[in-house]
Amino acid sequence: MPEMTPAELRARLAEALPAALVEAEPLAITPPPAHGPQPGLFNPPDPVVRPDQLVAAALFVRDTLGYAYLSDIAVVDYLHAGCFELVYRFYHPSGGPGIVLRVRVPRDEPVVPSLTPHWPAANFHEREAFDLFGIEFAGHPYLRRIYMWDEFEGFPMRKDFPRQGDKYLGGESEG
Amino acid sequence: MLQTQELQVNIGPQHPSTHGVFRMLVTVDGETVVDLKPVFGYLHRNHEQIAEANSYLQNMPYTDRLDYFNSMANNHAYAMAVERLAGIEVPERAEYIRVLMVELTRILNHASAVGFMINDMGAWQTPLAFGMREREKILDLFEMASGARLMCNYFRFGGVVRDLPPEFIPNLRELLRALPAYIDELERLLRDNEILLQRAIGIGILPPEVALSYGVSGPVLRGSGIPYDVRKAEPYSVYDRFDFDVPVGKVGDVYDRFLVRIEEMRQSKRIIEQVLEQLPDAKGGHINPKARQNVRPPVGDAYARIESPKGELGFYLVSDGSTRPYRYKVRAPSFINLTPLADMCRGYKVADIVVILGSIDIVMGEVDR
Repeated sequence: MPEMTPAELRARLAEALPAALVEAEPLAITPPPAHGPQPGLFNPPDPVVRPDQLVAAALFVRDTLGYAYLSDIAVVDYLHAGCFELVYRFYHPSGGPGIVLRVRVPRDEPVVPSLTPHWPAANFHEREAFDLFGIEFAGHPYLRRIYMWDEFEGFPMRKDFPRQGDKYLGGESEG
Repeated sequence: MLQTQELQVNIGPQHPSTHGVFRMLVTVDGETVVDLKPVFGYLHRNHEQIAEANSYLQNMPYTDRLDYFNSMANNHAYAMAVERLAGIEVPERAEYIRVLMVELTRILNHASAVGFMINDMGAWQTPLAFGMREREKILDLFEMASGARLMCNYFRFGGVVRDLPPEFIPNLRELLRALPAYIDELERLLRDNEILLQRAIGIGILPPEVALSYGVSGPVLRGSGIPYDVRKAEPYSVYDRFDFDVPVGKVGDVYDRFLVRIEEMRQSKRIIEQVLEQLPDAKGGHINPKARQNVRPPVGDAYARIESPKGELGFYLVSDGSTRPYRYKVRAPSFINLTPLADMCRGYKVADIVVILGSIDIVMGEVDR
């Protein structure tokens, strides 16, 4: 079973795609509290990839390293830090722990190239991320809302989406 | 003058064979499927956002509602994710009880999947009752242990909520004695029925390399011949101590996926027997007494995945240091296993869609979340 630590993955990526890696700053998830203990910074060990190099990095992981099972794409909205983080999780078909690539995009312009044309496993993950977070996947063949209805306004999993009193639930009644 | 044209047909949302409110927009040329677009969301309740407003423990019963056939498996994946995030140890005995419960879940899920598939093919109700028969006995066991039959809410961080009651093991042994004959009977329902064979063999073929590129998991992936099982590939809990096989299919059609499920029931029974052998020596109680249930994990993230009966079930959690998850993401196997549905149905007949969908074994509570 192949095993690859985040540091080894970073070294392999730096060798094959030197332009792909970015030095990511540790994130503060929430604003510092006025009193009490300060929470730590969020600083995962996995390599963070430039958005425009994502497809190359993912295909390198699949074709050269053999991690051919794309298991999950999770989006996290770091409202305080002003970015979305996409967490891509790959596994090797012969087993072993997985490897993770992260991509950070600014909240005001969340555009990431789509993996779907190259790797169909990304299809529903990307449509879900588009529907709930409003991430634009450039090049996706069928980027439409998957859970919410097409006319729905806003992206409900964003941290600044109103939890109460939006135009669909309560608030000012329309009679 | 004769002319042909393609038609668009809606199957669902209310259709007896779509296993819930699920709609397929099918383009047909005569009886042949040209294209298929699945439409989801009728059961969407934004599970993830609701979970982010709850404390970690409040989400435990909420995970039951994802795949309501397999609440124990959902509990297991979620408990593992929180334990990784907060660094909670699980005593050995609790791990064995967890494995026992999840393997029982696998048996009941696969038995009802087989029953539902025969139901979808038009053999109304009677074969389904066969699929549900032993499920009742397993649900009785769940009720003994957890107090509930379907929404068990049995797992806690660091173990399970209470130890097995004294009457549990004798009842389980009785069930294990009845299981081999029952599984054989279920298999004969599949193997000896000419109509069923005609409708299942060579239908909905998913070649191995295509299955892998679509990221499917569970019996759908193994039916295509790829022996990928999280219990073997990245052993969690105490799965590395058991001796069991990973069955695979040959061609990846509907029939193979069901034979894989039948064989997995036998392997689950093997695992349960080994649990019963090793359980008396297992150290520790049913729960880690030092584990706090109102956890406040340090800032960080954790991902845990298990081999749920439907495939790889994963939970991704991000903590901001408070008592509520900052991000709670479910990697739902039923949802991702639907990705290749259009490819699997293309070129087959309209009546085959129902069988192919049944062979993926979806639960809408998990697909729509």
